[in-house]
Amino acid sequence: MTESVPVVEGRAIVQDYHVPGSMFSSGRLVRALKGIDFSVAKGQTLAIVGESGSGKSTLARIIALIDAPSEGELRIEGKPVDVSKHRPGPEMRSKVQMVFQNPYGSLNPRQKIGDVLMEPLVINTAVPAGERRDRAEAMLKKVGLQPEHFNRYPHMFSGGQRQRIAIARALMLNPSLLVLDEPVSALDLSVQAQVLNLLADLQDEFDLTYVFVSHDLSVVRYIADEVMVISKGEAVETGSREAVFTNPQHPYTKSLFAATPVTDVEAIRARVARRKAARQALPA
Amino acid sequence: MALLNIKNLTVKFATATGSFTAVDGIDVHVDRGEVLAIVGESGSGKSVSMLAVMGLLPDTATITADEMTYDGRDISKLSKADRRQLIGREITMIFQEPVASLNPSFTVGFQIEEVLRLNLGMSRREARAKALDLFRSVGIPEPEVKIKSYPHQMSGGQCQRVMIAMAIASNPRLLIADEPTTALDVTIQKQILDLLMKLQEDYGMALILITHDMGVVAETADRVVVQYKGKKMEEADVLSLFEAPQNPYTRALLAALPEHATGDRLPTVSDFFQQEVAG
Repeated sequence: MTESVPVVEGRAIVQDYHVPGSMFSSGRLVRALKGIDFSVAKGQTLAIVGESGSGKSTLARIIALIDAPSEGELRIEGKPVDVSKHRPGPEMRSKVQMVFQNPYGSLNPRQKIGDVLMEPLVINTAVPAGERRDRAEAMLKKVGLQPEHFNRYPHMFSGGQRQRIAIARALMLNPSLLVLDEPVSALDLSVQAQVLNLLADLQDEFDLTYVFVSHDLSVVRYIADEVMVISKGEAVETGSREAVFTNPQHPYTKSLFAATPVTDVEAIRARVARRKAARQALPA
Repeated sequence: MALLNIKNLTVKFATATGSFTAVDGIDVHVDRGEVLAIVGESGSGKSVSMLAVMGLLPDTATITADEMTYDGRDISKLSKADRRQLIGREITMIFQEPVASLNPSFTVGFQIEEVLRLNLGMSRREARAKALDLFRSVGIPEPEVKIKSYPHQMSGGQCQRVMIAMAIASNPRLLIADEPTTALDVTIQKQILDLLMKLQEDYGMALILITHDMGVVAETADRVVVQYKGKKMEEADVLSLFEAPQNPYTRALLAALPEHATGDRLPTVSDFFQQEVAG
């Protein structure tokens, strides 16, 4: 770890949701996050792992400055940020960007790709129109698309290409932190590999910091530096990738590993042998 | 002898821009008590070929096959009444979205009892008793309480257990599971796969598992068919497939698994096809 200020830091982040009551029941409070601490250094990737309902996306939305936490403090590059008091300005918005899970839902079907990419510049910067177009075309090339895709609509692209567009849009403002909420879980395996490679290349090129939310341990193992496992709103285990994967401490982490399918040849050989033995034990 | 035997199956869809071939000359066979996995990415035709067998495709589909037999009987020549005798009793199917597969307006108990009354001619009382038995065998806790629940009151994993209970109600000899665990969390996926494998062994039924997930294949299959763009790329027993994949596409799929990553980069399918062309 370097001495420099972490790109993003959270202290005792709590998020409560108020579930409204109905004619027959009173409302109640659901605590989705129960005091989460984390910090990510520049150029590093923190993976947040959990199952549905664990609060991992709630945390991602807080880090991406979309929702304000109920309690706790969020610091971006050392500066405390409270979205509930002050709307983050263009400068803060440029630092943190987000990529969502479903590239079919996160692009406006009536907006051309060029406009998708230029919109963040229009809203947050004073870049002149001509330069906006140049920057958008350059970014298309960076994410492995062509400048001629500029005038096309989202439906003309495959899922993997759309996710590249969503990544390109997030990078238009030169952010230092990218929050990726399950960015590859809607993609086919071979496309997933391409997008993960792209994310790794972009991280090296722009010295990006990633917060990578995922439920898939094999993806996390590939991309993460630090891992945080959360369950029911609590961080049950945090540590370096090596520590968490080679020597998981918490029973929940262990149960996640035990449930992950093994594609190792020896494991398959053992299973096939078990099945054969079980069959021979049965009377024909 | 094979339980289900399909030779040279082709499925074409009439679309606004002409005919589209979703499945192109596929052979599939499954033996009694065997677990066959059909693997492919989206658009590989892996679901369409099984929907064709079940007769669940829309009218825009044209299905042709040299042979399509179940237990020696030609499925394509069956009358509608005979087909209904077979599909839903001897051959049953479960789908990817368990919550969407159930009718939200009726209790799960009503829905499973409907299957038992219509398909097996049980009385209401018999159907209730059998439904409770089935709920127990698929591991639904407190079956007496859960049988009165509506689908939205149950978790995704429990809804999938209800679907499995329905599918095994008639003691089928072939269960087709189309991405049964894709919508579920990894710990629930493990439970559902374990349940399917246990039922498959207990009932001695054949299981066709359609999936995109090589991990699921590794944990369940006896034999594997790999499909790509409507064509069969490779067919092998599970161990040989993982140990020595023959087809470049299979090699690419296995190499693209993040857990098999050796260096900084994950190989992609196009890398493999380029190698093939270059070499």
